[in-house]
Amino acid sequence: MTAADARSTPSTMRDAAPARPRWQVLLIRPETMTFILLVLGVIAGSLLSPFFLDIEYILSSFTLYAEFSIVALVLTMVIIAGEIDLSPAANMALSACVFAWLQQAGLPIPLAIVVGLCSGLLMGALNAYFVIGLQLPSIIVTIGTLTLYRGLAQVIAGDKSIRVPDWFIGIDKIMIAGIPLPVVIFAILAVILGLVLGGTIYGRQIYQIGTNEVAARHAGIRSARIKLSLFLLIGLVAAAAGIMTASRLGSVRYDLGLGGELQMVLMAMLGGTYIFGGRGTILGTFLAAWLLVIVSTGMIVANVLPATQLCVLGVLLIVSIIATNFIYSRTQR
Amino acid sequence: MSALGTLFRRREAGILVMIVLFCLFVGLQKPQFLTLNQLRIILLLTPLIMIGAMGQMMVLVARHVDLSIGSILGFSAMVSGMLYRFDETAFGFNVPWWTGIPLSVLVGAILGFANGMLVQLFRLPAIIVTLGTMSLYRGLTFIISDAKQIDRQWIPTEIKGLSSTSIFTVPKDFPIAGGFNIPWIVMIAFGVAILTHLFLAHTRIGRQIYAIGSNPVAAPLRGINVARVTVLVFTISGALSGLAGIMYASRWGFVNPSNTGFGFEFQVIAAVVIGGVSINGGVGTVLGTVLGVLLLGCVAAALPLLGIPGTSQAAIYGAVILVALLIDRTVRQQGIVGLKRVRA
Repeated sequence: MTAADARSTPSTMRDAAPARPRWQVLLIRPETMTFILLVLGVIAGSLLSPFFLDIEYILSSFTLYAEFSIVALVLTMVIIAGEIDLSPAANMALSACVFAWLQQAGLPIPLAIVVGLCSGLLMGALNAYFVIGLQLPSIIVTIGTLTLYRGLAQVIAGDKSIRVPDWFIGIDKIMIAGIPLPVVIFAILAVILGLVLGGTIYGRQIYQIGTNEVAARHAGIRSARIKLSLFLLIGLVAAAAGIMTASRLGSVRYDLGLGGELQMVLMAMLGGTYIFGGRGTILGTFLAAWLLVIVSTGMIVANVLPATQLCVLGVLLIVSIIATNFIYSRTQR
Repeated sequence: MSALGTLFRRREAGILVMIVLFCLFVGLQKPQFLTLNQLRIILLLTPLIMIGAMGQMMVLVARHVDLSIGSILGFSAMVSGMLYRFDETAFGFNVPWWTGIPLSVLVGAILGFANGMLVQLFRLPAIIVTLGTMSLYRGLTFIISDAKQIDRQWIPTEIKGLSSTSIFTVPKDFPIAGGFNIPWIVMIAFGVAILTHLFLAHTRIGRQIYAIGSNPVAAPLRGINVARVTVLVFTISGALSGLAGIMYASRWGFVNPSNTGFGFEFQVIAAVVIGGVSINGGVGTVLGTVLGVLLLGCVAAALPLLGIPGTSQAAIYGAVILVALLIDRTVRQQGIVGLKRVRA
């Protein structure tokens, strides 16, 4: 997907360092470690329990993570561009609350969905205004907006849950060729974003902004415009994910997706995306999402305490980044 | 520039103005906001965040970040709580009530040390390491506690007393401020703040933290042992979170594996940043951080008085963070005079 990663190896330098062997090029790719962990996870899971390799079961458990995974794909692009967004989980909650509240007030559902999506766009625009317009650090801004959005969701919904109509419930039960709809959406979005990021000028410009924003601007890249588009996109996608969650759960509360921002960042990091920008792929995040699902379902099947999952996720994150860093620095010599 | 001008150009000025304006605004509508009793309420809302903010500030000044402090708080509080619950059955006698304090600090220091070693040994970005340990420590808290809460009856009365009693109470029949006292945990929090100030402003290692944060490349060239200072900073941050852990047990009288310390890191980072500590390292003062913490405390205390329902609290918190960011940025660029332009 990212052919330019391979091209940037010094095989074309004049003093003719010998071309790097193909296995090394593959090894330093950001998502390799994720893939290895994924394979290990599948092996470990199938050793723990014979029921683990039931593909239907894994697919249906993926629907629990599908919304976060979808947003994590866009978040990967935001992080590659050198910014971060911690507010999408709160955005999911607020857009879902807006949607649920409007449809309860009698607005037709399609219209309520549109308004919900627009509110997501608006939230993305507010983040973008603070980060791009005012040049404030995005991690702080989005910690602020995450509190704000979650708080507004609480204002709208109170402590009660808002029900959605019965026919709207159950997006995760809709099957397309035996695959739940959220998983299909996730896969399609991954392919589209992967192509955009890896194969278009726009995508390559995102990498350049993340690597060195000043240089990118001098090279004529409209970094503000590109970042704005990314913040708007993540706002929109988070809103869509929020409404999907509403459909899966059948009711909306203000604490929908609570703590999701950490899971999303975790997926991006596990997928080999570099937290300070410039490095990472959609494929990595795609694999990392599956890794998370495999690990947590594997542990549920093996009857491990849910708390142990938290430990394993934390350790996984640290180990995978140590390994990636180690391999990367070795091959850079 | 006149001395007054220099004073107003300091970062702390903007936040101080915000606190004063906010208190006046609330006080005009509800005069009881400007009473000593209310001051006590505000002060009681802040100690945990203030203790955590001191550690977080040091970490931010050194150009790192520590997201695991909430989990460290939870873990160390849980260890102490379990000791209190455990001691009679296991040892046949009660451990002295104060053992939880050094124990929590020690446990926190160990966890913070682990963070620092990971960051330093493997040269990893602190934000990822502490994101990982945040979930690791939280998981460990569940495992050691078997997902059970430490209930009120197990926390020693003396520990709980720290947040209600004081060394000095104004006598009830005294003409002004009768019955006013400042509880122990508030004193402890301010004590920590003063120590942090002395450490950061007047010791060699304290100044080295600023040097590292301002220019991580130049620091080792000037003979600063970056590895040692970095690990120290994380250890202190962990130890202070541990202290905040036992203070949590004191303030709320229970320790819960999932609630205790959850979201603490966001509150602390918000307070520290409102106080003018730069996320890019090298900049920040204890005074600013204390003011940032107090502003959050004022807001939290004012909401119920103004009759704003509890459900709106988080939204207003978020708005305050954003407004503080805006004002801080303006003040940093143009001094306090810049505020005129914003209002116009």
